[in-house]
Amino acid sequence: MVFPILSVIVFTPLVASVLILLMPAERKTEVRMLALAAAIFALLLSIWVYFNYDQAAAGYQFVEKYQWLPVLGISLHLGVDGLTAPLVLLTGVVMVTGVMISWNLDDRPREFFAFLFILASGVFGVFVSLDLFMLFFFYEIAVFPMYLLISIWGWVKTREYAAMKLTLYLFIGSVVALVGALAMYFASGLQTFDMLALQNANFPPQFQHLWFPFVFLGFAVLGGIFPFHNWSPDGHVAAPTAVSMFHAGVLMKLGAFAALRVGIMLLPEGAKYWAGWIMGLALVNVVYGAFIAMVQTDFKYVIGFSSVSHMGLVMLGFSTLTKEGLTGAGVQMFSHGIMTALFFAVVGMVYDRAHTREIPKLGGMSKYLTWPTIGFIIGGLVSMGMPGFSGFVAEFPIFMGIWQVRPWVAILAAISIVITASYIMLVIRRVFFGQVPEEFEGHIGPINALDKVAIGFLSVLMIGLGMFPALMVPMVQTGVENVLRLLGGA
Amino acid sequence: MDFIANHLLTLILFFPALSALVILFLPRDEMKLIRWTALIASLVPFVLTLVLWLRFDPNISGFQFQEQYTWYEAIHSTLHLGVDGLSLTMVLLTTLLMPLAILASFKITDRVKAFMMLFLFLETGMLGVFLALDLLIFFVFWEIGLVPMYFLINQWGSANKDYASLKFMIYTMGGSLGLLLAIQMLGVLFQTYDLPVLYEKWNSIQGSLMGYPVSTVKTVAFWAFVIAFAIKVPIWPFHTWLPDAHTEAPTAGSMILAGVMLKLGAYGFLRLVLPLYPVEAKHFAGALAVLATAAIIFGAFAAYGQTDFKRLVAYSSVNHMGFVVLGIAAAAYAAGTTNAHIALDGAILQMFNHGISAAGMFFLVGAIYERTHTRDLSQFGGLFPLIPIYGGILIFTSMASLGLPGLNGFISEFLVVRGAWPILTIYTALSMLGLLFTGAYILRGIKMVLHGPLNEKWVGHLTDITKREIIVMAPLMVLILWIGLWPAWILNVINKAVVMLF
Repeated sequence: MVFPILSVIVFTPLVASVLILLMPAERKTEVRMLALAAAIFALLLSIWVYFNYDQAAAGYQFVEKYQWLPVLGISLHLGVDGLTAPLVLLTGVVMVTGVMISWNLDDRPREFFAFLFILASGVFGVFVSLDLFMLFFFYEIAVFPMYLLISIWGWVKTREYAAMKLTLYLFIGSVVALVGALAMYFASGLQTFDMLALQNANFPPQFQHLWFPFVFLGFAVLGGIFPFHNWSPDGHVAAPTAVSMFHAGVLMKLGAFAALRVGIMLLPEGAKYWAGWIMGLALVNVVYGAFIAMVQTDFKYVIGFSSVSHMGLVMLGFSTLTKEGLTGAGVQMFSHGIMTALFFAVVGMVYDRAHTREIPKLGGMSKYLTWPTIGFIIGGLVSMGMPGFSGFVAEFPIFMGIWQVRPWVAILAAISIVITASYIMLVIRRVFFGQVPEEFEGHIGPINALDKVAIGFLSVLMIGLGMFPALMVPMVQTGVENVLRLLGGA
Repeated sequence: MDFIANHLLTLILFFPALSALVILFLPRDEMKLIRWTALIASLVPFVLTLVLWLRFDPNISGFQFQEQYTWYEAIHSTLHLGVDGLSLTMVLLTTLLMPLAILASFKITDRVKAFMMLFLFLETGMLGVFLALDLLIFFVFWEIGLVPMYFLINQWGSANKDYASLKFMIYTMGGSLGLLLAIQMLGVLFQTYDLPVLYEKWNSIQGSLMGYPVSTVKTVAFWAFVIAFAIKVPIWPFHTWLPDAHTEAPTAGSMILAGVMLKLGAYGFLRLVLPLYPVEAKHFAGALAVLATAAIIFGAFAAYGQTDFKRLVAYSSVNHMGFVVLGIAAAAYAAGTTNAHIALDGAILQMFNHGISAAGMFFLVGAIYERTHTRDLSQFGGLFPLIPIYGGILIFTSMASLGLPGLNGFISEFLVVRGAWPILTIYTALSMLGLLFTGAYILRGIKMVLHGPLNEKWVGHLTDITKREIIVMAPLMVLILWIGLWPAWILNVINKAVVMLF
C-alpha cells in the first residue's frame, strides 16, 4: 500500500491539536515548539505533494478512498488536482508562518494553537475532498473554530459582534449550499455523494438553473462576494493576527474553491446560465471594494476591504468560464493568500507595538521595523498588480479571460488597479514613513527572528512566482482543463 | 567568452539587478564599499554596451543579438530580446548615464544601501523596455521602473516629495492603464505578444472585432497607447507631473528621470505606435503636431517664468521633448519619405542629446544646491568670479541645451526642423519661434546665477566644483562637443535603422 500522504496532511494538525491539549497549560514554550513542528511537518508534506504531482498525467492524484457510511454512499475520498495542489501548499505555508507570527502570544497559547490547528485540518480537508459530504464536513470544521478564536483572542472592542456576525453569515451560507447539495444527491439517483460520480450525473438544465445560485452563492459568501461580503472586514479586524492570516489567506479561498468545485463543476449548465450575473457581482466587489478600502482610516480595515476587492478578481476569473480566466483565478487564490497573510502579519506587528491601528496616528515605522516595511511594500506591489510579482501573473490572465467574454467589464475592472495603487502607496507612506509620532519614540521594539523568517518566506514566494510563472501556472492549467471538460468547452 | 557573446543582452539587462542583490548582503555601514560596488556594477553594462555597439552591424535590417526564453507559456509570452539601431542608441544612453548618476550621488549618506539598490533596479527596468521584443515584457519593465523611481523621490527627495512622488506614480500608472488593456486585447486576439509577429498580424487584420469595425477598435487602441506614452514623454497637456517630480527628486534621480525615463515614452511611440498604427498615426499626426508645438512654446514660456532653478530645467525638458514629438508627428504624416526620415533621425538624436544635456543640467543644478541649499534664482547672482570652473561648465552645457551650432543640440533640432518643414510647415515655423524663447530662458538662467551684482552672502562660502563632479561632467561634455562637431558615428546607426523601419 502506498503512503496515504493526503490523509496524513489532513489529520496532522488534528492530531497535533489533541497532543497540544494534553500538554500542561503552563508549558507554553513546549506548546509552541510542538505547534511549529507539526506545522512544518504538514508544510513539508504539502511541498512534496506539490512537486510530485505529475502534470503530464493530470487528473486527480494521490487518491485515497475509505468507506465511511456506505449505506448513504459516503466515503472518505481524497485526491488533489492541479487546482488544489497549490491551495494545499498555501495552507501549509500560512500555517507555518501563522505559528511563527504568534510565537509571543501569551494568553492561553495551548488552546489557541489547538483551535487554530482544528481549523487547519478542516481547510486541508475541504481542498482534498472528493466527496461532497466530506467537503461539507470539513467545511464546518474549518468555520467553527473561527468563532472561538475570534471571540476569545480577538480585538476587545468588536470581537463578540464580529465573531457572531461571521459565524452566522457562514452558517447560513453553508446551509443554503447544503440544500443545493442534497437536491443534487436526490436528483442524481446515484445514491452517492462522490463528486467524481456526481459530475457525470448529467442533471437536466432546468434543475441546474434552479440550484446553481444556491450552491454557488452559499459558498461564495465565504469567498466574500458582494453583497454578502460585509462579515469579512469585520471578521478580519476583530481576529488575532494569525487568525486574520488564516481567515483572509486561506478561508476565503475555501469559499471560492468550494463555489467552483461544487457549483461550477457539478452544475456546469447552471454556471453558464448565471455567469453574467456572477460577473456583475464580482465586478462590484473589485471596484467597490477598492474604493471602500481607500477611505478607511483603520490600517486593518484597509487590508480587509482590499481582500474583498481581490477576491472579486477570483470570482471574475471564475465567471469568465474561459481557460485564461480560470487559470488566473487559480493563481490569484494562491497569490492573494500569500499576500494577505503577509499584510495581516505586518499589521499585527505594527499594532502589537503601537497599540493603535489608526493610520493618522501612525508614522515613521520604517525606522524601527525594517523587515515589516519591506514586506509590506512587496505585498503592496503584489496587490496593485505590479509586473514581476505574483499578482500580475494572476491578474493578467483573468483580464484576458474577461476580454473574451465582456470587454467593457475588463475596462471597468481595470479602474481598481489605479485605486489600489493609490491607497497602498498612501498607506505605506503614512504608516511606515514620515515623522515618528512623539509617543512612539523609543517605544517600538524590534521584531524577533521568527517574524523575519515568516516575512522573508512569504515575500520570496511572491517574487519567485512573479518572475517564474512556470512554477505554478502549468499545474493550475491542468486543473482548469478538467473544469473546461465539464463545461463542455475544450 | 562565448557565453558572454551569446548572452550579451541578457547580461546587460540583468547585471544591475543581480548586483543589487549582492549589495543587499553588504554591511549597511560600509558606505564606501557599497558606493564603489554600485559604480562598478553600473560600469559593467556600459562596457558590454560598447562591445555591443562595436559588434552591431547597422546594415542588417531587423533585430540583432536576439535571445528568446520561455517566460509565461500559458499566455504565450516569451522573454524575447533584441536590438536595432533605435534601441541600441537608447541602451547606450542608459548605460552611459547610470554610472554618472551613481557617481553623482556619492555624497548621499542617508541609507546608501537602499539608494544604490533602487538605482540598479531602476537601470534594469529601463533597459528592459528598450530591449524587449515582446509586448508583455515591454509592459512588465515599463511598469516596474516606476517603483524604484517612486521610492527614490519619496525617500530622498526634497520638501514636497510626498505630493510629487504620488503624482508621478499615479499619473503614470493611470496613463498606462489603457496600454495594459490594449495589450490584453491584442494578446487575446493573436495568442502571442511577440512584436515582430504582432506588427504583421495586427496590420493585416480586416473586418470587425468584438462587434465593432476594425478601424474603430484600432482608433481606440491607438489612443490608449498614445496617452500612455504621451504622459511619459511628456506631451503638453499631460506634462504637469514632470516639474514636480523633477524638482523634488534627488539630483541623480532627476538626471535619470530627464535623461532616460522621458525617452521611454518617445521610444514607445517609435517602437509601438508608428509600426502598429500607421494609418491612425497618419490620421492624427496633425493633432500630435499641435501638442508638440504647444509643448515647445509653452514649455519655453513656463521655463522663462520660473524662479526655481531646478524647475526651470524641468520645464526645459518639456520644451526639448516637444521637438522629439514634432519629428515623430512629421514622420507619422509622411511615412516613407526622405523628409520623414530626416525628421526621425533628428528626433532620435534629440532623444540622445537631450538625455545627455538634461542629465548634465540637473547635475549642475544639484551641485549648486548642495553648496547653497537654495534653488531660488533670485538668491544667486554674480557667482561667476567665485566659482569660475563651475560657471564655465554651466555655460557650456546650457549652450548645448540652447542649440548653439557646434554643440549637439543644434544638430538634432536642425534635423527635426529640416525634416518637418516640408511636411508640417506651419507647426514647424511656430516651433522655431519657440526656439527663440528657448534662448531667452537659458540666457536668463545663466544671467541670474552667474552674472549681475554679486550676492555678498556667498563670498567665502562657495567652493568651486570638485574633481568628482568634473569626472561626472567630463564624459557628458565630450559627447556634447563630439556629436556637435562630428555626428556621423551615431547618425549613421540611427539613419540606417530609420530607413529600414519607417
